[in-house]
Amino acid sequence: MSDAIHADVTVRPPNMISRVATSLRQAGGKLAQEPLGLIGFIILGLLCLIAIFAPLLAPYDPNVQVLSDALQPPSLAHPAGTDEFGRDILSRLIFGTRITIQTVLSISVIVGPIGLLIGVVAGFFGGRVDALLMRATDIVLSFPSLILALAFAAALGAGLNTAIIAISLTAWPPIARLARAEALVVRNTDYVAAARLYGASRLRILLFYIAPMCIPSVIVRLTLNMAGIILTAASLGFLGLGAQPPAPEWGAMISNGRKYMLDFWWVAVMPGIAILLASLAFNIVGDTLRDILDPRHARS
Amino acid sequence: MKELSVAEFGRRIAHLIVSLFILLCITFVIGRVLPADPVGAIVGELADPAAYAAMRQRLGLDLPLYEQFFIYLKGLVHGDFGTAILTGNPVSADLAQAFPATFELATFAVIISTIVGVPLGLVAALFRDRLIDKIARVVSLVGHSIPVFWFGIVGLVVFYAGLNWVGGPGRVDVYYEGIVTPRTGLLLVDSLLEGETDIFWNALSHIILPAFILAYAAVAYITRMTRSFTLEQLSQDYVIAARAKGVSPAGTIIGHVLPNIAVQLITILAISYGGLLEGAVVTEIVFSWPGIGQYMTNALMIGDMNAILAATIIVGFFFMLLNFLADIAYAVFDPRTREAAR
Repeated sequence: MSDAIHADVTVRPPNMISRVATSLRQAGGKLAQEPLGLIGFIILGLLCLIAIFAPLLAPYDPNVQVLSDALQPPSLAHPAGTDEFGRDILSRLIFGTRITIQTVLSISVIVGPIGLLIGVVAGFFGGRVDALLMRATDIVLSFPSLILALAFAAALGAGLNTAIIAISLTAWPPIARLARAEALVVRNTDYVAAARLYGASRLRILLFYIAPMCIPSVIVRLTLNMAGIILTAASLGFLGLGAQPPAPEWGAMISNGRKYMLDFWWVAVMPGIAILLASLAFNIVGDTLRDILDPRHARS
Repeated sequence: MKELSVAEFGRRIAHLIVSLFILLCITFVIGRVLPADPVGAIVGELADPAAYAAMRQRLGLDLPLYEQFFIYLKGLVHGDFGTAILTGNPVSADLAQAFPATFELATFAVIISTIVGVPLGLVAALFRDRLIDKIARVVSLVGHSIPVFWFGIVGLVVFYAGLNWVGGPGRVDVYYEGIVTPRTGLLLVDSLLEGETDIFWNALSHIILPAFILAYAAVAYITRMTRSFTLEQLSQDYVIAARAKGVSPAGTIIGHVLPNIAVQLITILAISYGGLLEGAVVTEIVFSWPGIGQYMTNALMIGDMNAILAATIIVGFFFMLLNFLADIAYAVFDPRTREAAR
């Protein structure tokens, strides 16, 4: 009898790291059967490597102007051609991955915890708190995010950090919704009941027993949203509200190349291919993760 | 069809009004609170203190914040968005002129995306995992990933500069501009009303490319959703029953599946329409389309906050209105939501 009580008291939440590791191992097995998903992961991995090793990989300095080489078509010396200042476009694209990855990571780091916290609090406390938080979430969700980001960026002054903040302000609601749905399930599990029985405070239950359980699905959702975020960030860059010149931001490079599009197509076309690839990779990876981790959404 | 319960309708209206109010609060904060020195931005840094104070008073910035907000709201209710720096006109007049162009483009795009997306999604579901389904999946994936402003540039280079199949930037060729008196503001409609068929065809050749480019992202979304709605229906017993009693496959789709997914489709279309209005903003710049998007970007260049915020409010309003209509459509037409609402 006393043994049984003792066993109850020592109940621990399942270890999150081991849970993630197990699902990753299972996911790895399934991934082998999803060639498209595998390609997505490879492109994403390459993008990260390119961002890290940009100075080693880029054949030229991204900002050095060689006016005698201006607007050269793609060739062996300049595989993606040069822009109107004679800067090597490939090198600029390579350094541009840093800006893209930085944007994506910053927004994830801001939006993930905020969305998680709002969702978990709403799901855990329920009642009025839930109604209020979810109403706020719905309202932000019903705003046109690009337009609002545009207005924010216009007021705060153009720049990469402004763009990141502006996008983050409208990007948290889907995360909050998801975290709430997860919290609703988790709060009724046995181990949470056990923790409550032995006297854990609400805050403790919220932070150490419920929130960690919602993290894996939040990460998947973040990945899924990244493609859209890359496009929004590129749009802001295109409008001149992202990273400022001479930073090799892809959207800004397209905007710049627009002036020459009829005669020197590569200046505008190359950065677009980079955006398309990055966004495509995130979409494929997000889709695949969802298929693998969430059987309800499985395609076949 | 039973009617929507009054309480439910009231709740959704309240939601729309609260959302709109919060949008106005946000635009107020963006316009009046965030800028470090709105007075200095107008009079310049070297202005003498008296002129500075006078301008500050004229802008109402010496009043408490809540009073400023009240005055701001009062202006908006009367359709007063302030004066645009660029044109010198009231912003509301500029917007009234620019909105029809955006509306025409987004409407044309939503028609295209429906005509393409719904059948593609249906076919993809019917021939699941076959070639056409895989093509639909790729079309949809790329549509979700492609930057619309870049796609527009590529489209112009290929179809206008290269092949010369479509008209170039702008709503019509230069020599046709200003001939048709705007009645609805929609050039395609106005030119027909005046019997100017040449202008109609010219305008059509100009709108077709931006509309298709803009529609692509919506096609991706509509295809994906139609496919999953249809798949859900195809596994239902009534489909098997219809097939068993001898209804042809096409008859089953048109007579049984389509009516059942119609509600969900209407919702999706309304949401896409809102997305298209927003997407039109970046598309317009590429195509020099004289709509709200171009107006807003021009205002961005010179930091004209009145114009930027007014455009934000207008686009935001229609975006939220469409979401609201989608909700209402869902509640009115779907028996399950209707029952749940009681």
